[in-house]
Amino acid sequence: MDYKSTLSVCPYCGCGCSFYLETIDGKLVGTKPSATSPVNNGKLCVKGWKVHEFVQSPRRLTNPLLRKNGELVEVSWDEALDYVAAGLKQIKADHGPDSIAFLASAKITNEDNYVLQKFARAGVGTNNVDHCARL
Amino acid sequence: MTNSIEELAGADTIFVIGSNTTAAHPLVADRLYRAKKNGATIIVADPRKIQLALTADLYVSQALGSDAALINGIAHIIIKEGWQNQQFIDDNTEGYEQFKALVEGYTPERTTELTGVSKEDLYFIAEKYAKAPAGSIVYCMGITQHTSGVDNVKSLANLAMLTGQIGRESTGVNPLRGQNNVQGACDMGGLPDVYPGYQKVDVPEIQAKFAKAWGAELSPKAGLKIPDMLTGLNDGSVKALFVVGENPMMSDPDQHHVEQALKKAELLVVQDIFDHQTAQLAHVVLPGASYAEKDGTFSNTERRVQRLHKAVEPVGNSKADWEITQEISNRFGYPMNYASPAEIMEEIATVTPQYGGISFARLEGEGLLWPCPNQDHPGTKFLHAGGKFARGKGLFHAIEWRAPAEVVDEEYPLWLTTGRAHVHYHTGTMTRNSPSLHALMPEGFAEINPVEAERLGVGEGEMLQLTTRRGTIQAKAMITERVRPGMVFVPFHFMEACANVLTNPASDPVCKIPEFKVCAVKLDKAA
Ligand code: SF4
Repeated sequence: MDYKSTLSVCPYCGCGCSFYLETIDGKLVGTKPSATSPVNNGKLCVKGWKVHEFVQSPRRLTNPLLRKNGELVEVSWDEALDYVAAGLKQIKADHGPDSIAFLASAKITNEDNYVLQKFARAGVGTNNVDHCARL
Repeated sequence: MTNSIEELAGADTIFVIGSNTTAAHPLVADRLYRAKKNGATIIVADPRKIQLALTADLYVSQALGSDAALINGIAHIIIKEGWQNQQFIDDNTEGYEQFKALVEGYTPERTTELTGVSKEDLYFIAEKYAKAPAGSIVYCMGITQHTSGVDNVKSLANLAMLTGQIGRESTGVNPLRGQNNVQGACDMGGLPDVYPGYQKVDVPEIQAKFAKAWGAELSPKAGLKIPDMLTGLNDGSVKALFVVGENPMMSDPDQHHVEQALKKAELLVVQDIFDHQTAQLAHVVLPGASYAEKDGTFSNTERRVQRLHKAVEPVGNSKADWEITQEISNRFGYPMNYASPAEIMEEIATVTPQYGGISFARLEGEGLLWPCPNQDHPGTKFLHAGGKFARGKGLFHAIEWRAPAEVVDEEYPLWLTTGRAHVHYHTGTMTRNSPSLHALMPEGFAEINPVEAERLGVGEGEMLQLTTRRGTIQAKAMITERVRPGMVFVPFHFMEACANVLTNPASDPVCKIPEFKVCAVKLDKAA
């Protein structure tokens, strides 16, 4: 049995509490607040205590899906990524870069957001990047 | 936030406006309770009698959408009584005379008429805040989700400058960010008019700097905000929408309008960890990895950049968002080859002055509060130290109160407001997939006052029908004094009783925040 505890940060509200995710053999089993965090000093709210629960939910999306004949069906990464890249390229060629828009996210990491807006601005060539901060 | 979370515990007066802190930001609420125990005066202004109101020294229930009037009225009293910090105003600000002239018109009589807050209460707030050795303002979506959202925020900044309650320990104007990495998404340039670090896309020198760093030609034109993207989809000027980690079908106002726009996309790509209503409309759905399955950083509401560490492998074939984007970019013809998030942060530090001294190695432990411009900088606990503002001097904005975009009338006679419940988060994709949290609050509801319940003849838990100009939903009645007569509250986490079928997409002219916090509604007992 392999027990690990890994320091992480809450994905819910903007407080940014930190905690240790407890895993046994690669399964998430619990959450322990970080006692030394200056944000939460060993505390968590009800959402934080249960923050490990949704990660390995059977309802997670696990494969890329592509719409074929009106239905979303599982496909390989290669097929999905080729489809997206080719589609974006075609639309840019036909209608210009500003016909493409991106929604970044308040739920993904800084690094994820940085790479996404860089792709939009430097790759596609549009500043059409926004996120739901206002919501 | 201008100041850090922990500093709140040391404030002498805390004015909380439009923030249901115990429900939406529990660990900030923890500081408010501690401040109270240390003898601080806690003042809560919220149309709904939220939990924090029960422990506050003063609770006032301002009329929905009257915040700017309330704040101007408080400023009026401060100036009339000579409680302003003239030294701070003279040394550090501009525009005071125009501001003073404008708030002259917000006499206590008129303010009471507009807000429903009594003269005594206005005086109490003005005095306790202005005279406190350290006074702090805390606000959230109750202030921003209005057609006058930007004005409301500026009004609060006026109040802090007027009294010099900024740039010192335990003072400041402190917005609580609704989602965990709103701060980071903004810092990283997830906005149409700025590159990372709030550097304007239409300033030629800045554009040149990024063009060089990224090895690409860049557009000099600010991009579209979300409502304009939807309009663009509708009129055909936008053809493709790439959505990461969001469910605009549920989080945006006027769901029917959003659906219509999304359905027009030639290419709709949704990248997320769970299936949701927006993904259902997509042409391609890409499975992202959750916070527990990747390395990276989040920036919290106090500007603290913190490290998350990969605890488990991504489920199934899901992948970290940055990896997916990188692979698309490579196929698209703009090569990227980051080996890890640490490497991405190295690049972020070179182009983002506020993050200049931030690296994964330095973040181990407590993280760092930006601005952190270089490797030796310890980070910044509070902004504007000594009254220094980014633009040189702090600018007062003379702001008139404006009525909400939609007001009650004969057909829609009640005020509707929306918000969060403590157990759930945002559109519920994560919390409603958490068995314990789902069990605590399995379904949506609508809060109504006992007076309304009696008028309609509905009992606790009976079904109500709510109708606005946008649509109709049904929800169980929760009968409570938390809301005044004439008002209804609906949380927005539940798709089967979706508050955003009802809400008004009218938005602030500057920042386009929709007016989630107020519209007119009709209430019936469900047949
Ligand atoms: S544990 Fe609760 S208070 Fe802390 S960040 Fe998560 S949701 Fe916010």
